[in-house]
Amino acid sequence: MGFPHKLHERETPVLSQHFGNAEARSLDGWKKLGGYKALEKALGMQPAEIVEVVKASGLRGRGGAGFPTGMKWSFMKPGDGKPHYLCCNADESEPGTFKDREIMRWTPHALVEGCAIGAYAIGAETAYIYIRGEFTEPLDEMNRAVKEAYAAGIIGKNAMGTGKRVDVHVHKGAGAYICGEETALMNSLEGRRGNPRIKPPFPAVSGLFGMPTTINNVETLVAVNQILTRGADWYKGMSLSNPKSTGTKLFSVCGNVARPGNYEVQMGFPFKDFLHDLCGGPLQGRQFKAVIPGGVSVPIQSMEEAESTLMDYEGFVERGSMLGSGGVIVIDDAQNMVKVIARIARFFAHESCAQCTQCREGTAWATRILDRIADGHGATEDLDTLLDISEDMTGKTICVLSDSCATPIVSGIQKFREEFEVLIKQRRFHPVTAAVA
Amino acid sequence: MTHAPALAIAPAGHAPEPHVPVFRGVARKELDELLTRYPQKMAALLPALWIVQDSRGWVSDGSMAEVAELLDLTPAYVKGVVTFYYMYHQHPVGKYFIQVCTTSPCAICGAEDVVKSLLKHTKCGELGSTSPDGKFTVIEVECLGACGFATPIMVNSDFIESVTPDNVPEILARFE
Ligand SMILES: Cc1cc2nc3c(=O)[nH]c(=O)nc-3n(C[C@H](O)[C@H](O)[C@H](O)COP(=O)(O)O)c2cc1C
Ligand code: SF4
Ligand code: FES
Repeated sequence: MGFPHKLHERETPVLSQHFGNAEARSLDGWKKLGGYKALEKALGMQPAEIVEVVKASGLRGRGGAGFPTGMKWSFMKPGDGKPHYLCCNADESEPGTFKDREIMRWTPHALVEGCAIGAYAIGAETAYIYIRGEFTEPLDEMNRAVKEAYAAGIIGKNAMGTGKRVDVHVHKGAGAYICGEETALMNSLEGRRGNPRIKPPFPAVSGLFGMPTTINNVETLVAVNQILTRGADWYKGMSLSNPKSTGTKLFSVCGNVARPGNYEVQMGFPFKDFLHDLCGGPLQGRQFKAVIPGGVSVPIQSMEEAESTLMDYEGFVERGSMLGSGGVIVIDDAQNMVKVIARIARFFAHESCAQCTQCREGTAWATRILDRIADGHGATEDLDTLLDISEDMTGKTICVLSDSCATPIVSGIQKFREEFEVLIKQRRFHPVTAAVA
Repeated sequence: MTHAPALAIAPAGHAPEPHVPVFRGVARKELDELLTRYPQKMAALLPALWIVQDSRGWVSDGSMAEVAELLDLTPAYVKGVVTFYYMYHQHPVGKYFIQVCTTSPCAICGAEDVVKSLLKHTKCGELGSTSPDGKFTVIEVECLGACGFATPIMVNSDFIESVTPDNVPEILARFE
């Protein structure tokens, strides 16, 4: 629900239905609300059956890329004699996104349950939940829930008395956006610097500790609980637009909007209604100007694009962007787009792990140019230089952080070019500017 | 996710204090328990560094050497890891370490003014330096994952949301 706001009648609260309800945090409370029924059911099934149910539900990864979860799980070969691992990605560092945080704060047992089911389904006896170090309250909640679940025999060497072993451990990160990238996360968990690894090999072949590994986002794993208890057909039925996007999705909304918060809607919900009805529209006396709908890594949408979007994986792509992590950033007419984009570039420059030249140099260089334009010292050639750098940063590096930095720059120049040009035309004379351009 | 703070190093002429081991008693037990969770010792590195920082407030070279010894690593390797992550302090910081998010979503909601107000009211003056009374250090950080509650700040491990330039004095008064 639109936490911290009341439930809106057009929301479909499935994962968020207990946000704000302190009772859901404890093991007893969680069980009263039907908790651990899904795990009980799962442990009575064959792992391959669970994978089939998840496949049939149409669930796709909620961490950003939207990869079909059942298919990802089916890459894990049973009976290969190796230990398998599940990593739960709770690094949630994509600016604009704060949904996993609320899942862990309010329904920590849902995540323990989802991790246990996921681990069992991929033939793993151990799941690690990697939580960003800044999430102190979610960390406390998760540690407490894991402890309760162990004490009650729900997880451990004899999970729910079935003789099956499922361990779940919480691992605390230490500050670095890049550790949300799956292979960087694995390096970090192993006690290394969080540098992404070259793929292939893919994690399902050689992941954590060199063993077959699956990595899933928090929201993906808690959705599995619901799919197992209520069925794949029920889940698949929640799709208002494209049948390839099923279920509900949590969207985090922030920026210049009347009611920021987390909202859960069915896939395919009209974005215009979402922004105006659920989120309350613009702040008083202001107008919406642009939206970044999936965290700062996705293309910026103009309002015409945003207001004609149906909110699912295909819908956002059709309207010039991507669903991404579901972090909706709303920008109004009081903001200067160049400044907004410059600050996004600065974020990526700060977070680049610096392994790849294009990323290390490109993010920093683009930031300097954007800051310069924003400060009124830009030159006309700067826009071409920015587009050139962006091109060199796209599709050429170990991970897509580099591409992610180029994305808002390119879409920003495409869709809000006149804001750049106005600043450049009003340029204050600066002798150095021309030389370094 | 903190911007590397320009923190003062121990003044010249003061030899570093001899290292007092961290991993004794409860901390040692905690580490031993952690080691049972991973198939490789090295995986306990980040958690071990957290134990150090939680008990000492920062991670000194001596602590890094101690951790290295316990996990069969070299001190240089441990330092290489420590320097990658923004949250480990390599120098002592003020009693209250304040991190303010200024990433775009918070920036468009006025985070810059919150920073100014914090620097003024803590008397820190500039980002990364500690206030004259040694109480506060203020730094800028990238997204804290609380963007809907702009502007969020962290004071040590406490999250405080919806901070505005005006409610800064009231918030600071909570930290004695
Ligand atoms: C730079 C970068 C940062 C990422 N950060 C996160 C993150 O914070 N949380 C997350 O779940 N996925 C993040 N991802 C995506 C993960 O690599 C991975 O695709 C995802 O966790 C898979 O889970 P899913 O299939 O359930 O979506 C990031 C990817 C990149 C390239
Ligand atoms: S693209 Fe950037 S963040 Fe990704 S591996 Fe290369 S340098 Fe590191
Ligand atoms: S951008 Fe400030 S908390 Fe996310």
